[in-house]
Amino acid sequence: MIAVIDYKAGNLTSVVKALRHLGAHDIVVTQSPDDVLLADKVVLPGVGHFQATQLLHDLCLTNATREAAAKGTPFLGICVGLQWLYEGSTEAPVTPGLAHFAGICERFPATFNGEELKSPHVGWNSLDDIRPSSRLLTGIAPGSFVYYTHSWRAPVSADTAATTNYGGAFTAAVERDNVMGVQFHPEKSAETGLRVLKNFLAL
Amino acid sequence: MLTKRIIACLDVRAGRVVKGIQFVDIVDAGDPAELAHRHAAAGADEIVLLDITATHEGRGTLLDTVRRTAANLFVPFTVGGGIRSAEDAAAVFDAGADKVSINSAAIARPELIGEIGSSFGAQAVIVAIDARRATGSSDPVEEAEVYVSGGRKPTGRRVVEWAREAEQRGAGEILLTSMDCDGTRDGFDCELTRRVSEAVQIPVIASGGAGNAQHFAEVFKAGRADAALAASIFHFGITDSRALKAEVAAAGVPMRLPC
Repeated sequence: MIAVIDYKAGNLTSVVKALRHLGAHDIVVTQSPDDVLLADKVVLPGVGHFQATQLLHDLCLTNATREAAAKGTPFLGICVGLQWLYEGSTEAPVTPGLAHFAGICERFPATFNGEELKSPHVGWNSLDDIRPSSRLLTGIAPGSFVYYTHSWRAPVSADTAATTNYGGAFTAAVERDNVMGVQFHPEKSAETGLRVLKNFLAL
Repeated sequence: MLTKRIIACLDVRAGRVVKGIQFVDIVDAGDPAELAHRHAAAGADEIVLLDITATHEGRGTLLDTVRRTAANLFVPFTVGGGIRSAEDAAAVFDAGADKVSINSAAIARPELIGEIGSSFGAQAVIVAIDARRATGSSDPVEEAEVYVSGGRKPTGRRVVEWAREAEQRGAGEILLTSMDCDGTRDGFDCELTRRVSEAVQIPVIASGGAGNAQHFAEVFKAGRADAALAASIFHFGITDSRALKAEVAAAGVPMRLPC
């Protein structure tokens, strides 16, 4: 069973549709910690404000996620779902993240190299520095394009599995053992995105 | 590198894709679901479906069309036309849209922008502006006027000011259609697009007037557009996204080229 966590942060239709398209039929859209603990895989989608992740704490999903991660359940955070895996975000400083990965998510700077930088970062951008050992990004060629829409980004660290450049490099994908996340939207990134989801389903 | 987007637009009436010349002269161009998939496979970066009749009786047909089109479509998918409330938007999202485009309803009640954004995120709200230059004015671009109701009704509001307000109210993107250029295939209104793009931080999608690849290169460079919309240019075999993007890339604009 695949648990897709619904914490009222945007629209889950596209993610569920993409997983079904790839042959995953036992999908439960849930707010229940029990489902997260029972699931073979967990997906945390999400768009919008980091503040929405407060509901994960309120529903006791933070501890369930920690427990599921500790026992090896493959976990995929998407967009704000990736950001939540870090310590927090300047978008909502009072709401802590899971702190599975070190670092704080920050807003894109208003300027970069003396030029105005538009924010949000919307559109198709390329994946660089893909870690060869990444299981999530198996078969993805460097320079492949994926679709983004976000204003906050996670810092690059040793756990970064791929970067994207917009106002400097940020974490496009993060992966340590069974816990992983992507800042882009794999469900909206055509063949490249479907390959990422397929890799996750194959874990 | 962040690429410029080419967005294929399907104008739909009663479940069929049509394309008008300057908002009239409707010609049938096919099935929306089939055309959307063909565009995505040829490398279109996004698909927009605009319901150009948007009558109350037509809502059921539209939702069915959205559902059929969204099935197995894995690029961003926007739906516009006749969305008047957060409930209308929710129904369209539920049918599989990623973003909605609102136009007349946002002018009538600007709070709608924030209402949709608070449930579905700002990235899901595109404010569409139908613009006409103020001919006879000393600055016809700065004083360009917003039109609603499919371009039939002037609002007395200035385009640049309305774009700024839409951004402040939480729009994720602006879809700017030049009514002067729409359907002419003589090129986008680059000056108007640039004025709006410089006035806001959010992405601006240029629309109206696409006739060839050079027009796209111009609106990305001189017009500072983040994305550009094309409809009739694709439908009658003039070109497809693959050929179009290769030409735009050759003109020095970063493009995502399909493999």
